[in-house]
Amino acid sequence: MRSREHVILGSQSSIVIIVRIFIYALLIIAAIYFLIPFFVMVITSVKTLNDIRTGNLISLPREFTLKAWYKAWDSACTGINCEGVKGYFFNSVQMVIPAVLISTLIGAVNGYVFSKWRFKGSETFFTFLLIGCFIPFQVILLPMSLMLGWIGIAQSIYGLIFVHVVYGLAFTSLFFRNYYVTIPDEIIKAAKIDGSGFFRIFWKIILPVSAPIFVVVIIWQTTQIWNDFLFGVAFSGSQSQPVTVALNNIVNTSTGVKEYNVDMAAALIAGIPTLIVYIVAGKYFLRGLTAGAIKG
Amino acid sequence: MDNELQTQTNAGNKIKSGGFLNSLENIFPKLVLAPTFVLALVCIYGFIFWTIWVSFTNSGLLPDYELKGIGQYIILFTREPRWWVAIRNLFIFSSLFIAICIVIGLALAIFLDQRIRAEGFFKAIYLYPMALSFIVTGTSWRWILNPSLGLERLVQQMGFADFTFRWLVEPETAIYTIVIAAAWQSTGFVFALFLAGLRGIDNSIIKAAQVDGATLPRIYWRIIIPSLRPVFLSAVIILLHLAIKSFDLVMVLTGGGPGYSTDMPATFMYTFAFNRGRLAFGAASAVIMFLAVMAIIIPYLFSELRATRNAK
Repeated sequence: MRSREHVILGSQSSIVIIVRIFIYALLIIAAIYFLIPFFVMVITSVKTLNDIRTGNLISLPREFTLKAWYKAWDSACTGINCEGVKGYFFNSVQMVIPAVLISTLIGAVNGYVFSKWRFKGSETFFTFLLIGCFIPFQVILLPMSLMLGWIGIAQSIYGLIFVHVVYGLAFTSLFFRNYYVTIPDEIIKAAKIDGSGFFRIFWKIILPVSAPIFVVVIIWQTTQIWNDFLFGVAFSGSQSQPVTVALNNIVNTSTGVKEYNVDMAAALIAGIPTLIVYIVAGKYFLRGLTAGAIKG
Repeated sequence: MDNELQTQTNAGNKIKSGGFLNSLENIFPKLVLAPTFVLALVCIYGFIFWTIWVSFTNSGLLPDYELKGIGQYIILFTREPRWWVAIRNLFIFSSLFIAICIVIGLALAIFLDQRIRAEGFFKAIYLYPMALSFIVTGTSWRWILNPSLGLERLVQQMGFADFTFRWLVEPETAIYTIVIAAAWQSTGFVFALFLAGLRGIDNSIIKAAQVDGATLPRIYWRIIIPSLRPVFLSAVIILLHLAIKSFDLVMVLTGGGPGYSTDMPATFMYTFAFNRGRLAFGAASAVIMFLAVMAIIIPYLFSELRATRNAK
């Protein structure tokens, strides 16, 4: 009896080892598959054009050069302008910082009201706001461009900030509400009995425990707004384009020799800020991703 | 129920202590929500109404608010072959995109859920595309799929001299290149959803099945995967929603071309409303997109809301 059991266990464990090797192999192949486009971008961006013509996608550069990076930053042509992506990069920075801060702060107090100061109609309003998270933006593009014109901020970075704040609010309010719901109501009630008011409770009780959700929301909003293309292409002028729009213009410029190394360097420049955010705070990024999706 | 109770206690407090300050306290929540309320009312619902209104007019370059009936919709569905190309592409794209993301995402989640070493490392790699803009990854895919210097050249140099890969520039196949790039980008997200779902499954059920002598693949097929049903639903809804809105990737990868063979509703709307100055026509296509998304999202949202209420 004992020996039989031993034999079975033995054969099972050898199967287990084979299965585990198989699983690891699959996971590693998948990792390579996910990394290849990034790897290709990096090596292509440090190759010379000649190297690109004679080599292939994954051949390492024979001659390492940062010329394409300089050109992408400083002198690549985005349509008729040939000043690289540097100006557009800073447009994105100037757009993202205020848009993230404003939408996050308003979202925080909104979430506080939606979870702890419900009044008649607040839940209904929340539901309607939630639906706003999902509308295809094509349905608001035309009236928004008219409205930006009326306010006088059409084709400016202010206009882009405004648009990103407006359509970011639904998400930020949702994130904060779902987080604040988990804070026990008893704490709030006790504070009310002690005579603390609306803002005092927010300041003394809610804010001190809000650091994690602030990180999640700020990261979520930063990546969303930095990566946006639709609003950028619809509402920016030639001087206020975000970096994603400039990158698309570089890639789709058809005049002259196609410089793939410059394309790749420009793409990496446009991607590096969100990639850094991801590497530094990936845990929070993931939390935002799943929270935004599942709790919808 | 809960809310009513809460507002009642609020009212009770007010009567107890009374006074001006307390009534002010009850205004603050509304005051705080007021800006968002106005913005949502105007910039979401007002704008949707505007677009619907304009879709029933004959607006060209400039909006003209005189209602003219459903003419734009009739043109859209009967006299605009390009719209049908966009719809067809959306069907091809979304079905393949969703299927690939779910199959690979689920497989990766199951394999990574086997007490794998360096789990965090794999997870980080599978998910990084989600942090990047479609414009950035699209640039890379455009280069990889390049007919002469990209994948084609690589395989040829590996010894298959006759290998050709021209999907990106052939009208019949270009839409599949968008599927490839989009699935690559979004699989990690579906993987994360499934992994979270797997981690939420009660282990005792699995242990009980093991005691009964069920093999592991059988347990997965008969017990674990069926219990992930809600995750499947979320994944399909979110991916379908992404698919209907997809715009960035098409613009950077093919620009809708060759010709308009990779047009999708989102790029169609943009082209007609912004580049060709046919406001009413563009608005009509936007309204169709809006209705499609709402038909998917609203039932889902309500079932989700009900589920969370019941859970409480």
